[in-house]
Amino acid sequence: MIFAAAASAALMLIQQAPAEATDWDAEFGVEVKQRDPVTGELPVDPYEQSNANAGAAPYASAALAADFGGREGIARIAARAVELSEADPRIAAIFASHDTVRLKRTLGEQFCYLLGAGCDYTGRDMKTAHAEMGVTKSDMNALVENLQAAMREADVPFASQNRLLAKLAPMSGEVVER
Amino acid sequence: MLLPASSLLAIANLAASVNPHPPHLAAVPVLEAGATLVGEDTAAAPLATTTTEPAPDEDTSAEPPPHIAAGDVLAGGKLLLTNGVTTVDGSSGGGLARWATIGGRQMKGGIGLSAHATAIELSDYGWRSYGVLVGFGDRLELSYARADFDTRDIGALLGIGQGYTFNVDTFGAKLRVAGDVVYGETWLPQIAVGIEHKRSRDGALVRALGAAEASGTDYTLSATKLFLARSLLVNGTLRYTQANELGMLGFGSAAGAGYKLQFEGSLGYQLSRRAVVGAELRTKPDNLGLGDDDWMDIFAAYALTRNVTLTAAYVDLGSIATIPDQRGAFLSAQVAF
Repeated sequence: MIFAAAASAALMLIQQAPAEATDWDAEFGVEVKQRDPVTGELPVDPYEQSNANAGAAPYASAALAADFGGREGIARIAARAVELSEADPRIAAIFASHDTVRLKRTLGEQFCYLLGAGCDYTGRDMKTAHAEMGVTKSDMNALVENLQAAMREADVPFASQNRLLAKLAPMSGEVVER
Repeated sequence: MLLPASSLLAIANLAASVNPHPPHLAAVPVLEAGATLVGEDTAAAPLATTTTEPAPDEDTSAEPPPHIAAGDVLAGGKLLLTNGVTTVDGSSGGGLARWATIGGRQMKGGIGLSAHATAIELSDYGWRSYGVLVGFGDRLELSYARADFDTRDIGALLGIGQGYTFNVDTFGAKLRVAGDVVYGETWLPQIAVGIEHKRSRDGALVRALGAAEASGTDYTLSATKLFLARSLLVNGTLRYTQANELGMLGFGSAAGAGYKLQFEGSLGYQLSRRAVVGAELRTKPDNLGLGDDDWMDIFAAYALTRNVTLTAAYVDLGSIATIPDQRGAFLSAQVAF
């Protein structure tokens, strides 16, 4: 036992303090991504862009798009839903390590495309975008509640809110992993 | 110079052999520091500032380790109203019709509790029921309900005594076998199978009235879906039953009438997250030849909070024990966690 103590003490002594200027990212193989100076978004691996990635066919109803305040209104609602989720203790951890600048844009594009408000969706498909996040159905419910809150704040009629959710709900199989 | 984590662990264990503290006290900060770095490495979008310096041991060891507390298990995650209200049999559903929904507010991995009380005031009769339900994940519910059916003045008229009250205990179980009421393919409803075992507490009387038995078991198959594009909830349940007036008047008939397939349907329109209005139909057998009618209602349900749902309905229960035109008010309160 004394030998063990001596051995560990010796090991402690011969261990040198790391140099002040140690590049810890290099030591641990951490790849630091730089935000795009214009968009503020982090780069993602290349993928094929297509409106099919939005996961559903769009509505063709000017009245429905108007209920959401058109393209600008939809973008605000999407950004607000992400904001609320970042502040929601139930699901904040999922968003903490993700590029919410990009998410606000792509989510807004997806809603805008699905609501027939004249956008193209440039994001990834739902399965790829949610890969390895470990999203549960409870997390989905929390996100739905935050989206509902954002739509309520924007005075979107409830039946129209449900029409957007009707496009999103069938995608749960691509998003929920456990 | 950096030592690999395994060397640090070895040192920690060696140190522990001369240290009265258990080894995990020394090992935890090392492991947690490693976990933090791995987490940042795999994160899709770490902020540059958070990855350039390793977290100090003191900070990481101060974080509570991941654990499952009672609060997590009981944390209800269902969307409002998707646990349904409570039927006259004590199951998650509408007021009259059983739904494929699972009661309680829990989601996968959680346990939920629900309790309810219901009163129906009819032209000549009064109904009171109350019960409890426990839900396991979004998968299984077990329920118990007690129903009391007060014959009031009709009791004297029927010769069974003024204010005679029939009592039934219902033990229910329901298992979700497929689908989801909200999510997944629009064409695939939430589907559940179940039983309801009912025991009349008036065995001698119901046999005298012509019933074959004082207890019986219903078998149910339910399909329920919220069609979001129309804000419409649609439910259909097939019930294989021999219960007379939900078991109040016993089961089957001494003359041989027994199990029959019955239908329960609900249509609900969602006015808001919290409010739904709709109508229901529940068909019933007439084993005793007393003119048992199908039951109908128009209802409004409101989620006062996440945990409290109130239901009010106008019910038309038709003829009960030969006394026609039993219509009136249905009121129910449900508390769910």
